[in-house]
Amino acid sequence: MSTATKNQAATDGSLKIVQDATCTFCGCVCDDIDLSVKDNHIVEAKRACVLGKSWFFNHYVDQRPSCLISGRPASIEEGIERAAKILAGAKYPIIYGLSDTTCEAQRIAVGIGDWIGGNVDTTTSVCHGPSGMAFQGVGEVTCSLGEIANRGDLIIFWGSNPAESHPRHFTKYSLMPKGMFLPNGRKDRTCVLVDVRKTKSAKAADIFLQIKPRKDFEALWILRALAQNLSLDPAEVEDETGVPLSAWQDLMGRMKQAKFGVLLFGMGLTMTRGKHLNSEALLALVRDMNAYTRFVAKPMRGHGNVTGADNVVSWQTGYPFGVNMSRGYPRFNPGEYTTADTLARREADAAMIIASDPMSNFSQAARERLLAIPYISLDPKETPTTRGATVAFTTATYGINTAGTVYRMDDVPIPLRPAFDSPHPSDFEILSGIERRVKALKAAVRL
Amino acid sequence: MSELFVLIPGRTSKQGCGISEGKFTDAYQSETTILQICPKDMQRLGLNEGDRVRLSSETGQVEVAVTAAKGDELPPGVLFIAYGDLSSRLMGGDTHGSGMPTSKGLDVALEKIA
Repeated sequence: MSTATKNQAATDGSLKIVQDATCTFCGCVCDDIDLSVKDNHIVEAKRACVLGKSWFFNHYVDQRPSCLISGRPASIEEGIERAAKILAGAKYPIIYGLSDTTCEAQRIAVGIGDWIGGNVDTTTSVCHGPSGMAFQGVGEVTCSLGEIANRGDLIIFWGSNPAESHPRHFTKYSLMPKGMFLPNGRKDRTCVLVDVRKTKSAKAADIFLQIKPRKDFEALWILRALAQNLSLDPAEVEDETGVPLSAWQDLMGRMKQAKFGVLLFGMGLTMTRGKHLNSEALLALVRDMNAYTRFVAKPMRGHGNVTGADNVVSWQTGYPFGVNMSRGYPRFNPGEYTTADTLARREADAAMIIASDPMSNFSQAARERLLAIPYISLDPKETPTTRGATVAFTTATYGINTAGTVYRMDDVPIPLRPAFDSPHPSDFEILSGIERRVKALKAAVRL
Repeated sequence: MSELFVLIPGRTSKQGCGISEGKFTDAYQSETTILQICPKDMQRLGLNEGDRVRLSSETGQVEVAVTAAKGDELPPGVLFIAYGDLSSRLMGGDTHGSGMPTSKGLDVALEKIA
């Protein structure tokens, strides 16, 4: 394998090939990308989608200093010392982000959260966090993407637009592959799209059901009723969902007749009013369908290692996100310990943001609070969040500059095969340094 | 005179590429500051490509340029904008005990800026 050529600086104009590199832009985590690297720049990314190509081609090594304190260049050691003092001295420190870094770095971040008695939360809380709550309520009938490729004969996408958010999902996993039990690939599958918008994904579907906005919960419960052969009022169903009862009946007929049904759901469910109740309805429908046939559900995960974040935080604390360590043991309570809330309610008094950009993505109230407190950022690129940080570390990009492990959206761990070295430290190195200093500072307080 | 719509912020290919190209690039800024409206609604409201409108939610207000959604991608009464700074400014801070602010299906008032 070409990774044996590990990271020699390709600055002499020679071409280095990295086979089976892993793209960490989205949750598909495609690990079949062949990279051509010249002068520390990726010039070709075979098999990468439009998002993957943009991910690989736009990673020049950032010329910013590896550490800025209050906007001024500083040594990494000074940055680590300042960061540790901010976190160790806070009353309610929070750690947030983590979905675009390695599992190894995530593990250290959870350790820091434990030492400082703070919150550990990931971008899951503003992604499929509501689905994480629903898993605890209903359970998850699940499978790997490989099983979908080999068995899935009815593929339903609900509130998800993979054509734009996960471009290779159709070709690599869900629609096009010729599988063990689907020798004719796409011809052996039926694809249904349920969404408010007729997105670019509609072209890939055999059936498109355009529902009214904010009516996912009602539509899913209509399907649950139809699964039980209950009679429903056609006028009421169409008025409520925007889709005729006959179309829902047709879909239920297909679901019962499928040999291996798959419901892949996106943030159309979790970000819309109802949130975890929408996800619960979908998971309950899938559970119900197993009385008739094999049926599974999978959330479409966005960031490259957001699934790893769920796994690592769960191993370490027992909960996937929104965890508080202030009593010396982990407590889980979305809405109380989640970052959108602790910032908007002005509770957090210090923060460490790892590989995430809440200054672009959070509510105005949350952003104002973050800007008002001391915080540390770790990010390979400059973002509105890094610009406002008290201590801003420029770090190496995971998967392109650093090795490690990430989890695909179906909880399958995938190794990273980096393309070239970065002059900047990895998240793992910075976090390990902060953890060492935080431990020392906390031990000194106990003495 | 304003009119109520349902706003759905979401991912687009260009917005996704823009994250890698850099959030301060023109491409990302342009993609995340253009509002898509169903052509029928544009015609009814007398809006032309590039006209600017004010969107107001319970918690925020932004000004954006409009463009007609392609084909029948959007039904009447529904607006779309790529995820970004502006869409987030219309979200409230309350997560209703879920950790997730309501980020899609937002009630907004749309008003043409003269």
